[in-house]
Amino acid sequence: MSDATAGAAPGHKKASAAKAAEKPGPMVDAEGRPLKESLNRSLRLQKMRALMLIAPLLIFVLLTFIAPIADMLFRSVQNGIVSETLPRTTHRLADWDATTGDLPDEAVYEGLYYDLFIAAERKLHTRLGSRLNYEMTGMSSLFRQSGRSLDDIGDVYFDQFKDLDPNWDEAMPWAELLGDPEWIAEMQAWDEDSGETMPTFELADGISDLLPLTAETYSAFADYVQSEDGDSPLQEEPWVLVHTALYQDLMAKDVSGYNGPQAAMLKAADAAVGGFESVTFKDGMEGVDGDWLDHPTWETIQMYSPEFTNGYFLNAVDMQKTPDGPAMRDDDQRIYGLLFKRTMFMSLMITGSCILLGYPIAWLLSNVRVRTANLLLILVLLPFWTSLLVRTSAWKVMLQQQGVINDVLVWLGLIADDSRLVMINNQFGTIVAMTHILLPFMILPLYSVMQTIPPTYLRAAKSLGATNWTAFWRVYFPQSVPGIGAGSILVFILSIGYYITPEIVGGTTGTFISNRIAYHISSSLNWGLAAALGTILLALVLGLYYAYDKIVGIDNVKLG
Amino acid sequence: MSDVILTDIKKKPLSFTLPVVGAAGAFAGLFVGTAQGSGLLGIVIGGLLLAAIAYLVIEVLNHTQERKAKYGILALFLLAGYLFGGLPGLVVGGLFGWFFSWFVYWVGEGRYRAKLPPYLTSGQVLWHFSFRVLCGAIFVFLITPILVVMPLSFNAENFFTFTPEMLHFDPAGYSLRHYRNFFNSNEWQSALKNSLMIAPAATILSVSFGTLAAIGLSQPHVPFRRAIMAILISPMIVPLIISAAGMYFFYSRIGLQGTYLGVILAHAALGIPFVIITVTATLVGFDRSLTRAAANMGANPVTTFFRVQMPLILPGVISGGLFAFITSFDEVVVVLFVGSANQQTLPWQMFTGLREQISPTILAVATILVGVSICLLTVVEILRRRSERLRGMSPG
Repeated sequence: MSDATAGAAPGHKKASAAKAAEKPGPMVDAEGRPLKESLNRSLRLQKMRALMLIAPLLIFVLLTFIAPIADMLFRSVQNGIVSETLPRTTHRLADWDATTGDLPDEAVYEGLYYDLFIAAERKLHTRLGSRLNYEMTGMSSLFRQSGRSLDDIGDVYFDQFKDLDPNWDEAMPWAELLGDPEWIAEMQAWDEDSGETMPTFELADGISDLLPLTAETYSAFADYVQSEDGDSPLQEEPWVLVHTALYQDLMAKDVSGYNGPQAAMLKAADAAVGGFESVTFKDGMEGVDGDWLDHPTWETIQMYSPEFTNGYFLNAVDMQKTPDGPAMRDDDQRIYGLLFKRTMFMSLMITGSCILLGYPIAWLLSNVRVRTANLLLILVLLPFWTSLLVRTSAWKVMLQQQGVINDVLVWLGLIADDSRLVMINNQFGTIVAMTHILLPFMILPLYSVMQTIPPTYLRAAKSLGATNWTAFWRVYFPQSVPGIGAGSILVFILSIGYYITPEIVGGTTGTFISNRIAYHISSSLNWGLAAALGTILLALVLGLYYAYDKIVGIDNVKLG
Repeated sequence: MSDVILTDIKKKPLSFTLPVVGAAGAFAGLFVGTAQGSGLLGIVIGGLLLAAIAYLVIEVLNHTQERKAKYGILALFLLAGYLFGGLPGLVVGGLFGWFFSWFVYWVGEGRYRAKLPPYLTSGQVLWHFSFRVLCGAIFVFLITPILVVMPLSFNAENFFTFTPEMLHFDPAGYSLRHYRNFFNSNEWQSALKNSLMIAPAATILSVSFGTLAAIGLSQPHVPFRRAIMAILISPMIVPLIISAAGMYFFYSRIGLQGTYLGVILAHAALGIPFVIITVTATLVGFDRSLTRAAANMGANPVTTFFRVQMPLILPGVISGGLFAFITSFDEVVVVLFVGSANQQTLPWQMFTGLREQISPTILAVATILVGVSICLLTVVEILRRRSERLRGMSPG
């Protein structure tokens, strides 16, 4: 906006025009604001209005679609389960040096016992077992087995405490010893049928200084009983784990100064524990399962202790973590590289056959009269609009051994009845069916590009002496290349992530990486690996999509 | 192709007609021959027979008795077909007869040149027609699978294949039992109900949000337009299995997995790109001065939207809605993961049925769905033409 012509601008209020004439200044609008500012303001308003219109949808898509994708990306590296389930073990294991070849020390076994006991009570140990089983076979059964026979260690102390004083096997003395008196009073006043929530367990003052391990394990027990079982800790005898903890506490601490509830019982126990039969945690865990003395078991646990891992991604590219860093898996265990290669190969084959079949059709459509072209286009659009499941079932009907194609071939006598062609449950079936399904996605962009190529070019080339082939190859074909590019990328992107059709007509050799992802989500439950495979596939597709955007432009996506 | 046709059509010499028709006959004879046991014999008989017919028809009867000659050929083939293969043979024979009665005159009288420029060489003419035949074959490839499903759905047996009774056109080979099964089975009916509940709900969600956003996006000054567009289109770009995996993880975190709401939200997200694309395409040709004129005459923005803008972009909105509907109605991967047994939709039911190879009820459902898609295709096509007419573009 220049200010030179301010006085001449029509439609101005007289006063402002006069003012402007007096002193050359910025051009102003009816309200006396400079025009530039006024324009900016109205632009800003327009932008705001546009954004307001877009905002609901944007938020909707972000919540229902982008957030799930982000969650998947997160899951592909997330590995909190090990450190959540075995917090003490992983903490103590952090200092252990796996390369020395020594087993971890007693403290680690102690942590493992506590962690595993609590996890087993909460039924979390099998989950962790199956998680670690992805990395090392045998882990699942190790954890399941250990969860069952873990009580053996605790029973040693439990029996001795019980022999000393039967009260150690009663719920109430424990609660009085460790629980806050006020909480006990509230708990006794609480009526189960009233529908109110149970008062949450609170430790007695000072008890966690006196008996730290016991207080910690009893809290875990009380919390579990209250939240998982919905029972009162006043009526449930504590886990044998608590007895073990008490033994350790009494061995380590001096409780002579204690004079709270059950002081006599505690002091009697304190006097007796010195003579208790004891067992080291390492020996105990060996008794539970000999694999706990195996070096690789601990290597695996240590390797997967961190909260985030690249293990799933390494898995997805046929590698594994070793103490010396990532390494390729054995040849017979490499499946994902093969699957990715197969997915790429088959998608390329499908794209290629779509070009071969789509090009003549698009050429025909753009070189006949409009009315005929519209009629023929219906033949292309009908499959496009027909349900994917319908087309897939149609191909199953066509291709199977007792199917229509084989029947016709047998009827014509081209093949014998006992040597029917195998066309389904292999790569051939997948390629044929998917070519059919994706062909419209090739024909439509090709057609829209070819429509814009004037037929006179071909005639001109021919009149200049080109042969039919030269005219086509040197004049027509180069102009149709953008259409081929657009169609190919579209078909390739679509086919690389296909799931339904390969699942039904692909058998074992004709499946894609997406089938493997689905398998890991619904059958093997290895969600992390599924997420990692999905992330790689997503990166691949987004890369292609970026290329598509460069070649065709997002805005030029057309439908029907 | 030029509309003025100057090619003169003249009778071809016998030295051309007889070999061409004979070759076609030999080709057909090959199939008949192999079906009857001897391919070579079929070729020879077919070739000779057709050449003889061509000679008889073109030279002896000539085109003044064309109608009679055509019926004669048809009758001959029908009879031969019936003698060879009963009822199915009759149909095949009829098709052969119909084709050859036309083909003999088409070649013999030189009619094939009628619509071609006169300057084409014989090679070019041959290429022209072989190209058409090739394209025809590709169209057959496109359409046959869909057509094959339909008769099979009337199968009286529990097979996915044509039974001998069906091929003999025996009424006993056909029945409506799979359709009855579809309408009587609880599983299929609840699947249909679920589909009819989820798809419209998802469509309404995506159309209402999508139309608003499309209007916003087509304003002249939108910051981050490309980024926003990329986000909104992404559900169409990301492979379904990845969307399904992500939604499964995320929705089970927030308790939406296995609920109707979860499935509806997921399907709405998948349908949004289609609405955005079709509605923005309609808005490209929208004349902004109309809304300004309305505002000038005192209409508030809401009135302007409903009385001026909406009627004009309605075709785009409806076809976007149809796309969103068919996306949800047809969708199986996401519902497989996000839904649970209670949310089984028709495609889900078909998918499990196909995997376990149960009954041809699937084919009955497929036939019904083809009918539905033909209706939808018609509606979309009509809307597209109307919209282009309204915007003054030529109906393409």
